[in-house]
Amino acid sequence: MKVLTFKQGIHPEYNKDLTKDKPLKNAKRPEEVIIPLKQHIGAPLQALVKKGDQVDLGQKIADSDSFVCAPIHASVSGTVKEIRKVTDPGGNIVDAVVIEAAEEDSLNSGLEKHDNLDNLEPDQIRKIIREAGIVGMGGAMFPTHVKVSIPDDKSVDYIILNGAECEPYLTVDHRVMVERPKSIIFGLKALMKAADAPKGIIGIEDNKEEAIESMQDAVKNEENIEVQALETKYPQGGEKMLIEALIDREVPAGGLPLDVGVVVNNTSTAAAVADAIRDGKPLYERSISITGKGINNPQNLIYRIGTTMADLVEEAGGLKENAAKVIAGGPMMGPAQKHLKVPCVKGTSGILVLIKEEVEDYEPSPCINCAKCVDACPMFLMPTQLVNYQKNDMIEELEEWQVMSCIECGSCSYVCPAKIPLVHYLRLGKAQVMAKKREEN
Amino acid sequence: MNNELIVTSSPHVRSQDSVDKIMWSVVLALLPAVFAAVYFFNARAISVIMTAVAGAVLTEYIFQRFRNKKITIKDGSAVVTGLLLALTLPPSIPLWTAFFGSVVAIGLGKQVFGGIGQNPFNPALVGRAFLTASYPVLMTTWTVDGVSTATPLSQMKMDGIATDTWRLFIGQIGGSLGETSALALLLGFAYLLYKGYVNWRIPLAMIASVFLGTFAFGADPIFHLFGGGLMIGALYMATDMVSTPTTKLGRWIFGIGAGVLVVVIRLWGGYPEGVMYSILLMNTAVPLIDRYTRPRSLGEVR
Repeated sequence: MKVLTFKQGIHPEYNKDLTKDKPLKNAKRPEEVIIPLKQHIGAPLQALVKKGDQVDLGQKIADSDSFVCAPIHASVSGTVKEIRKVTDPGGNIVDAVVIEAAEEDSLNSGLEKHDNLDNLEPDQIRKIIREAGIVGMGGAMFPTHVKVSIPDDKSVDYIILNGAECEPYLTVDHRVMVERPKSIIFGLKALMKAADAPKGIIGIEDNKEEAIESMQDAVKNEENIEVQALETKYPQGGEKMLIEALIDREVPAGGLPLDVGVVVNNTSTAAAVADAIRDGKPLYERSISITGKGINNPQNLIYRIGTTMADLVEEAGGLKENAAKVIAGGPMMGPAQKHLKVPCVKGTSGILVLIKEEVEDYEPSPCINCAKCVDACPMFLMPTQLVNYQKNDMIEELEEWQVMSCIECGSCSYVCPAKIPLVHYLRLGKAQVMAKKREEN
Repeated sequence: MNNELIVTSSPHVRSQDSVDKIMWSVVLALLPAVFAAVYFFNARAISVIMTAVAGAVLTEYIFQRFRNKKITIKDGSAVVTGLLLALTLPPSIPLWTAFFGSVVAIGLGKQVFGGIGQNPFNPALVGRAFLTASYPVLMTTWTVDGVSTATPLSQMKMDGIATDTWRLFIGQIGGSLGETSALALLLGFAYLLYKGYVNWRIPLAMIASVFLGTFAFGADPIFHLFGGGLMIGALYMATDMVSTPTTKLGRWIFGIGAGVLVVVIRLWGGYPEGVMYSILLMNTAVPLIDRYTRPRSLGEVR
């Protein structure tokens, strides 16, 4: 098969062997879950439960009337112990419902089960996706039903499923593709129907041969769905890179994939859509890779949303003596954690533990203009120049030189021989531009 | 768990490259040229090279010490400057002149601008330009095997005498210490290319435009490729990261511009050689080139 890709990018060490052949298994049911009430991009939710309430597994515990939001469900049956502020993996302080688990779970989501998509209208599918609280599970957590609600003046040619999993270490999407290909295809078809998209493409990096085979096997009899191998290169799973590689279209700056007739979803999200439609199961659990040299027994687990990192780390054999850094997600974009009492949410696809020897203390030296960052940037920005503008508060220049197009993939920082944290300055630059825009309005 | 977790912003993994590695790789890449220099110009070459390198490192140290900055002589960048300067000097140069050249290269070419990464010009060429202007006779006295001779370029320019191509290529000709052996220079360059520590667009554009330019105006292009300092200039000086453009288009423009200037100086100018001034002139244009060659970012509508 011809292997497609985007221009530029980097080749970090992938380190997927730690967990790539470890089958998904259910994590121990936690005694207590801490469920943050904001696990999506969009409007805040109102809690539907209060202290002392009995809740069932899958019961909606928070929702809002806004269109851009995703409701949240109880991930165990039990008693609401309290509602308090917690820090989520992204470092935000949010309200969370703490549920003490009862002896047994009884699923009560109020969602009907549908085995056949033919009996469902597009708006019914969207409604199920919304009610099931499904968001982008690659990490961005954008509400999925919003993505497949297509305005009248737009149309969709392709639903692209992102199976690139370009972040080093992570093997979650890989395992889901290997173990649940039929569910992914069912979910993809539902998304295609919801968005009225004639074609579906599943893009997978070519270091996941087993996943490619598994998915190819599942689409054998599907006329409108194809599986496409992608070069193993970071950030191949970036939405814009994926679209560039697969169908050679360019998402306009500041625009959405929808502007070029595409909706992109994660493969695991598609599987969650299938679970919601077929089993009436809202998004109350997901898979995660617990990996890295700093963990005793790296593995892939399916956990209840709201399980703390401490619980999951313990299940994976605990931290090693020399563990030095814990990251929610992959090493390129995942935020480092201060402690492990953080609940895992719908977008948490990994817990990566690095050891002391891997966590170098980088002392930046002056930029030598080598242009490695310019040659790596998948968005064709000039990070070194943007950093100069940022340091000098040159906001107009930042904007003119397209800082807002930065996808924060970190490729520039990765390649920099002077160890300058370029992407960090670019984030600051983006914040400056946004602050200025808010001021103007 | 009793150890404190480290929190920094992403990414949490970095490539193995470093400024030190890049600089020392350039030193390594220049070793074949150093050996060629010793082979063709005997032990004299070693003294000139050692003196120039020592001068560069010492000047860097004194400046940093004086300014209360971190001493960074171990990063190899001063060694590269000293080495490159030495390789552009005539074998018979007095040692004090070589030393003085290095002091100017690092002092005026680099440290006055704030040290590594800040210099608008290639420091080694600043040193050489200074010596050429100040000691024109010392800088144009050439010897091969102890006998005074002229460089192929000046033989051609002044007397119309051509030199055998094979001798040009391996470097058995009059000229600066390290510029004569194209073979040795290319070997080192291939190593840098393999390591990914050098860009190929500038040298390719520069060498190609010299080739095409001299050919178009009736001169012998092969002779012009190997007869003077074009190889060392194009491969090692026009590729100095600090003083060259960061965009791909910018690198093409820089290389073509430098190549055209070489042709103009060599064919119609007063000097037989023009590599040094053409690179220095293009150095001045780098901020402008970078500014007007910014690539269109993905999805940008211009």
